Amino acid sequence: MNNKKEPLLRIAKRDLLPWYKAYGIRLAAVLVSLVVSGLFIFAVTKLNPVAVYEAIFDGAFGSPRRSWVTVRDTMMLLCIGIGLAPAFKMKFWNIGAEGQVLVGGIVTAGLMRALGSSLPTPVLLVLMAIVSLLAGALWGIIPATFKAVWNTNETLFTLMMNYVAIQLTSYCVALWENPFGSNTVGIINQKTKAGWFPRVFGLEYGLNILLVLALTVGMFIYLKYSKQGYEISVVGDSERTARYAGINVKKVTIRTMAISGAICGMAGFIAVAGSSHTISTSTAGGRGFTAIIVAWLAQFNTFVMILISLLLVFLQKGAIQIASQFNLNDYASQIITGIILFFILGSEFFINYRVILRGRKEAAK
Amino acid sequence: MEHTCAIQLKNITKRFGKVVANDSVDLTINRGEILSLLGENGSGKTTLMNMLAGIYFPDEGEILVNGKPVTIASPKDAFANGIGMIHQHFKLVDVFTAAENIVLGLEEEGKLDLKAAAARITDICQRYGFSIDPNKKVYDMSVSEKQTVEIVKVLYRGADILILDEPTAVLTPQETDRLFDVMRNMKADGKAMVIITHKLHEVMDVSDRVAVLRKGKYIGDVATSETNPQALTDMMVGHAVTLNINRPEPKNPIPRLSVENLTVYDAMGVKRLDNVSFTAMGGEILGIAGIAGSGQKELLEAIAGLQNISAGASIQYRAIGSPEDAPGVQLVGKTPLQIKQAGVSLAFVPEDRLGMGLVGTMGMTGNMLLRSYRKGHSIFTNRKAPRKLAEDVMERLEVVTPNVAFPVRRLSGGNVQKVLVGREIAQEPSVLMTAYAVRGLDINTSYTIYNLLTEQKMQGVAVVYVGEDLDVLLELCDRILVLCGGQVSGVVDARTTTKEEVGLLMTRFKKEGSKDE
Repeated sequence: MNNKKEPLLRIAKRDLLPWYKAYGIRLAAVLVSLVVSGLFIFAVTKLNPVAVYEAIFDGAFGSPRRSWVTVRDTMMLLCIGIGLAPAFKMKFWNIGAEGQVLVGGIVTAGLMRALGSSLPTPVLLVLMAIVSLLAGALWGIIPATFKAVWNTNETLFTLMMNYVAIQLTSYCVALWENPFGSNTVGIINQKTKAGWFPRVFGLEYGLNILLVLALTVGMFIYLKYSKQGYEISVVGDSERTARYAGINVKKVTIRTMAISGAICGMAGFIAVAGSSHTISTSTAGGRGFTAIIVAWLAQFNTFVMILISLLLVFLQKGAIQIASQFNLNDYASQIITGIILFFILGSEFFINYRVILRGRKEAAK
Repeated sequence: MEHTCAIQLKNITKRFGKVVANDSVDLTINRGEILSLLGENGSGKTTLMNMLAGIYFPDEGEILVNGKPVTIASPKDAFANGIGMIHQHFKLVDVFTAAENIVLGLEEEGKLDLKAAAARITDICQRYGFSIDPNKKVYDMSVSEKQTVEIVKVLYRGADILILDEPTAVLTPQETDRLFDVMRNMKADGKAMVIITHKLHEVMDVSDRVAVLRKGKYIGDVATSETNPQALTDMMVGHAVTLNINRPEPKNPIPRLSVENLTVYDAMGVKRLDNVSFTAMGGEILGIAGIAGSGQKELLEAIAGLQNISAGASIQYRAIGSPEDAPGVQLVGKTPLQIKQAGVSLAFVPEDRLGMGLVGTMGMTGNMLLRSYRKGHSIFTNRKAPRKLAEDVMERLEVVTPNVAFPVRRLSGGNVQKVLVGREIAQEPSVLMTAYAVRGLDINTSYTIYNLLTEQKMQGVAVVYVGEDLDVLLELCDRILVLCGGQVSGVVDARTTTKEEVGLLMTRFKKEGSKDE
């Protein structure tokens, strides 16, 4: 053993860790991230890290109103994540959720404006839900068809579809401008609240929660136990195996993207009818991209997605709060959330691999 | 000792996670000698040599080159010590010429002088009896030419210790003979040669000394002149196994699969199968021999409904138990699903097990489901029967896996194949097609597979066995169909033919300007 040039660090793949160890590593990562960002906070701002963490919590759950906003935004992110899950499980790189949400939002806003005074709200809600599902599905089917038939690159195609949706939204905003010259649509049906989500169980965002949790359960069962879910897994693992087994890969691709787009379109419906009651190019607000992290981190397990969406929204709300409370600029607070995310994502590496220091022998077992 | 010692390995250990690939191996490589490194698949031959080539770094132990301890941490260090390895999978740039590939990565001072390089290459070729055109593009080359480029590449870099990793796997018998001649020339020039192989007749043919590895451990070495294949096999597997494969006479052979005028073009418009006609009989094993890429893959895939078949072809299928005069099922023009729905029981073990036959991320249960998930009208999958089947296969074929939910891609190659073959046989097929069914498997697992195929044959199944090891084809099959450049170059009786005859058929149409592999 006189090798002078033995590499300092070597990396070896781990066997499957038991779940409690894996979660132990993740928990440790969160704690380490808090310590590191605490050091950062103190070094840069001379603030007490504990006070800053309190402010983060305050930003997300400091008042009932804030808590509700956190829950509402979590549901929104979760809904898009659920929409992306089947596409990514099929290894179809759907980065077009942003656009799929927007088209769902546009049709919802359009119907709300046009029929708000002529249809009762429950009927209008059902109509808006169906049309937003169809609009989102269309936005998913277009790139899927091109991929299935001409093998175009779905990453670029879905990305481009986002810009089409954004331009379409700009056009509609200009068309529906209210009041004139404001360059916004304004709150639709502010007086009549026609087409707005009603309170369910006395909760302001009760219907949002109900719809998204139903999707959470439904998608979990669909992916895990249905025949179509099985086909998605096979296509995602190997298209050649799928063909060998007689699976029509084209059909599965288009069908799955219709579902993926439809759920994202539904998220647009929830965003407009259940939350903002208006439409703008920022209705999706980058959530279509953030939700990709949600879907992958959860390994397409929709129940794990609840936790991850909550964490991301929590950090985002906290960042806004510390920025205003301590007069930090946005970047400082974003660095803190960045550090925390970095450690959590990085911990996955340590769950899958071991690092062996020079001179240390691998446990011979 | 008459030979000078080139390399000494002392106490080399290499682990991958829990797996010990090499366990305190001692080995000596001499100049002017061809050493065969013999061992079953997974016995650690390639790992050991990769540590000499700088691909892996040993966990423990010492490497001495010319008596001095050295550290080989990268392929560069290996070349600095005169060690060159020719890998099983060629590492060449297709659009470059031979000369460009050979000088690629050399950090020489001054301008790139391809002419001088070509002259040196020609010089090396003449010295050892290669023939190669330095200006030929790699994509125009046959497999054997590519291999020559790889060998010249390491010689050009001044290597005098050459390691060849299963160099004959892709060669015809004739090409193998030519390679062995070159190796003997290099030996005469005083170079140290190591050939990694598990083909015993090649060991006997070319090497001076044989070193045997078994399960990562060094078993010993013997002079080739003082041993015989049976003794080497015993060293390799640890206990005596008979080399004979049980081959009962075909039972009541009747046509199960009649292929006529089958022509297939690939997506690039290249003709892969050219007017192929043959009949596979129930109760016999039909071997399919040929150099890699002669259309074996396309033939099986065409029958399974996975290729675009040109007009005029016919594939008739007759199930076991159907009356002899009943019309068969026409498979041409049907998708895999339509074939299945027509009641055809066709089992197919493809070459690419994880990429085509199995779903790597799923466990055994999920993979059993692949053939049966459509059963029933429910929108949900029924996992009870597949789980039962998975447990049966696990028990009957002795699949080593923690449980039936463990992802199959994390199983060893032999176990992966058992899962695949187990599932396909469970369909109770009338036709069973296998492509390279024992590639990468150890001897015991290989015999398990041979026995399963023979069992199927005796039940009246038409077994189609695409193989690469001629010894096995001659011992296992009843008839052998030889493919060459997508055409049938002959059908021979496996009991009476010879390896030479099959080898000649494999290259029969070679001279007609075909540049296929």
